[in-house]
Amino acid sequence: MSGRLPRLWLALVYLLLYVPIAVLLLYSFNDARTGYRWGGWSLRWYRALFANDTLMDSLWNSLALAAAAATLATAIGALTAFALHRYRFRGRELMHGLLFVVMMSPEIVLAISLLALFLLVGLQLGFTSLLIAHLTFCLPFVVITVLARLAGFDARLLEAARDLGASEARALYTVLLPAILPALLAGWLLGFTLSLDDVVVSTFVGGPSYEVLPLRIYSMVRVGLKPEVNALGTLLLVFSLLALALSQLLLNKQKS
Amino acid sequence: MAEVALPPPRHRNLLRSALLGLSWGWLLALVLVPNLLVLAASLLNRDPTHFLQLPLTLDSYRRLLDPLYLRVFLDSLALALATTLGCLLLGYPFAWALSRIDGRWRPLLVFLLILPFWTNSLVRTYAIKQLLAANGPLNGALLALGLIDAPLELLYTQGAVILGLVYLLLPFMILPLYAVFEDLRPELLLASRDLGAGRLATFVHVLIPLTLPGILAGTLLVLLPALGMFYVADILGGARVLLVGNIIKNQFLDARDWPFGAAASILLTAAMALLLFAHRLARRRLRDGEAP
Amino acid sequence: MTSPLLSLRAIGKAYAGRPVLLDLSLDVLDGEFLTLLGPSGCGKTTLLRLIAGFEHPDQGSIQLAGADLTAVPPERRPLNTVFQQYALFPHLDVFGNVAYGLRRERRPRAEIDLRVREALDLVQLGEFARRKPQQLSGGQQQRVAIARALVKRPRLLLLDEPLSALDAKLRRQMQLELKRLQRELGIAFVFVTHDQEEALSMSDRVAVLHAGVLQQLGTPREVYERPANLFTARFVGETNLFPARVLETQGERVVVDCAGQRRTLPTPGFAPHAGQAVNLLLRPEDIRVLGPDADHGLPGTVIERNYKGSTLDSLIRLDSGQEVLVSEFFDEDDPAFDYRLGETVKVSWVDGWEWMLPADG
Repeated sequence: MSGRLPRLWLALVYLLLYVPIAVLLLYSFNDARTGYRWGGWSLRWYRALFANDTLMDSLWNSLALAAAAATLATAIGALTAFALHRYRFRGRELMHGLLFVVMMSPEIVLAISLLALFLLVGLQLGFTSLLIAHLTFCLPFVVITVLARLAGFDARLLEAARDLGASEARALYTVLLPAILPALLAGWLLGFTLSLDDVVVSTFVGGPSYEVLPLRIYSMVRVGLKPEVNALGTLLLVFSLLALALSQLLLNKQKS
Repeated sequence: MAEVALPPPRHRNLLRSALLGLSWGWLLALVLVPNLLVLAASLLNRDPTHFLQLPLTLDSYRRLLDPLYLRVFLDSLALALATTLGCLLLGYPFAWALSRIDGRWRPLLVFLLILPFWTNSLVRTYAIKQLLAANGPLNGALLALGLIDAPLELLYTQGAVILGLVYLLLPFMILPLYAVFEDLRPELLLASRDLGAGRLATFVHVLIPLTLPGILAGTLLVLLPALGMFYVADILGGARVLLVGNIIKNQFLDARDWPFGAAASILLTAAMALLLFAHRLARRRLRDGEAP
Repeated sequence: MTSPLLSLRAIGKAYAGRPVLLDLSLDVLDGEFLTLLGPSGCGKTTLLRLIAGFEHPDQGSIQLAGADLTAVPPERRPLNTVFQQYALFPHLDVFGNVAYGLRRERRPRAEIDLRVREALDLVQLGEFARRKPQQLSGGQQQRVAIARALVKRPRLLLLDEPLSALDAKLRRQMQLELKRLQRELGIAFVFVTHDQEEALSMSDRVAVLHAGVLQQLGTPREVYERPANLFTARFVGETNLFPARVLETQGERVVVDCAGQRRTLPTPGFAPHAGQAVNLLLRPEDIRVLGPDADHGLPGTVIERNYKGSTLDSLIRLDSGQEVLVSEFFDEDDPAFDYRLGETVKVSWVDGWEWMLPADG
């Protein structure tokens, strides 16, 4: 149970995780049309990507949708977490349970349930239906993240603020908000990523009026290989790395 | 002192009503009602224009047991189980090894484990497809090494789908396992050896029972998505490999047979409920077994 | 000292039907150091939270300098609190913590600056303004909490077991420091503690609470030497209790029978009658240990001896089975002092040093 074997196993798994990504990065700069042949360095797939209007449109659509869904989910999720943390009410356990169930349910179950709802109330599938659906699957993650942070919050700090002359609203704003800010940021980032990543729910509740990036990529890569996707994947990877680094920086700054 | 535990605010103020209203509002409108709608849909008849019509019937559930569909479900289940097993076989030793690594490196290694999660899963599925393609780098490398004469048919097979699912879901198996391994005291394994148990006996009688909550949590996080991620089967399996997710999607979006799709979805929900229940039970048993 | 600063009238408070405070009335005088003393769960913290405004009484009223506070929210009460675990804002530095209350008053920046500096100097933390609370020691955090409350210039400062998180030495030091601050600033302090020694050494007056009821209100000396009831007697310091029966009253004196011994004692604070069961209370330092041949005293055996530096504490088991704690000042030259474990002795006291309470009180 000791020696080199454990390290070898670690290396193997990391290899499995990163070889596909490395190939993706490398091939995004490959001048060759397809396949394993190396045709020399080139930015032609990046040019092709930016020239692909429908793809770029769907990218902007997705970013806007993800930003809106994450922001709304963070706002509503934080308020829900606050209610769950602060108040003792009937059905509190049920609310906890429902949140857990939404978080664990397969996306496809959530997708068809919302589709059924939208059709029942006659909502045209498009941006609004996507927003509501993405909001729904982001919400539990935000609630749980914020709830965990609230659990570590000393309620006496709010009393101290009141004692020193702050109104209830003022105390929440000046004391509670700074304390849960990292959780809000983390929740937002998680929601943004989940929304940008979602294929399953969007497949059901999306409409032709508002095409999102994952569905665009999906229809591209279903058949054959599309090297622009390598370029897009590389850009998305860089983008999320930057976002992660930025959030870490913000959190560390907050801590010190 | 016991007295510092804060009692809830005394007055049912406006803020409280507004917050509780908001929380219940979205849970009822976006979770409870939609799921009840699906349940209702599964009990209705299909209708070519309005999707659904009365009277109530258990027909859709009966059709789930039709040998043709049953076969597909069992195949899909087998695929998901194979994925879970693959994740467990790769992830269990990995999580153990990770928990024994020098503490300074662990945060970085955990970060590297989660990092792929932050990149688009479709893009990562595509990366696997590219890797496995007939003229892809894997075949290229094997050809160049002279191990094969002609490119292997790796893509559009069950194996490709399982590989893709394992690739996407592996971190979700590892993280809960890593959490239990981190809490595991190494002396317990030494004690078992000291008491005369061999490596295998120690593994079976000490390590597995102690890490069972992690195994179950990981299984929960891998098995359910593996049943539903239809796009992975689509991209890596072509039309040949079907998951429960593909069936549900086809019934809703192509065949327009809502009651049947809804029944399949209820089946998936029931599977989730069963797994959650098993997880709870196992955790409780383990906890009750501990000394107070 | 004519009218009280804070006046609590007939306060009642219950949680989920369980009474925490019962018909409690109490006045706090301007500039005094008043301690609420009692065991865990006696209602003292609840009382403090009622005064601060974090809780509302079910019955009764709270008045500050004649103005009714009962319905005033905490942020508008001219008093401040030092919290048990300090409750310093972790996202603000020391300066930000102390300035917090002044910022809520929208004071000009220059005034905030000046007053925060003054407050930090007062608690000798001038150089620590830019530290975060987490970077300070327990004692320093304690000082920040005090400065944060005092900078608001409250009429009354509430302190909720502020020293309970400190070690013994620091605790002693902060007791002196708090006493100094209180004297210099002339602000009334209401101090909550379950430590009777702390209460006796710091306060002008002590209010003893038990089960939501005010047991006694008085100077430390009154509370210690003339406890109003058995609870106070037992909770405030060590007490030996001798059951006795009144035989007869003789004008200014009362004759009792205590374990078969007839003693003539001064009349207590209540009116005794013949046949009444009473308890004679004696502090360990008031007990005398005599040789076995003494002509009075209750016979017993020494079962434990503890040398405490300036005093020698002994535990003596009387022949009746009762155990008596004795604390004697150390005196090497006193031969009577030289008894050993297992030795038979007699315990007695000087008549008049005891404190008599009715047995059913």
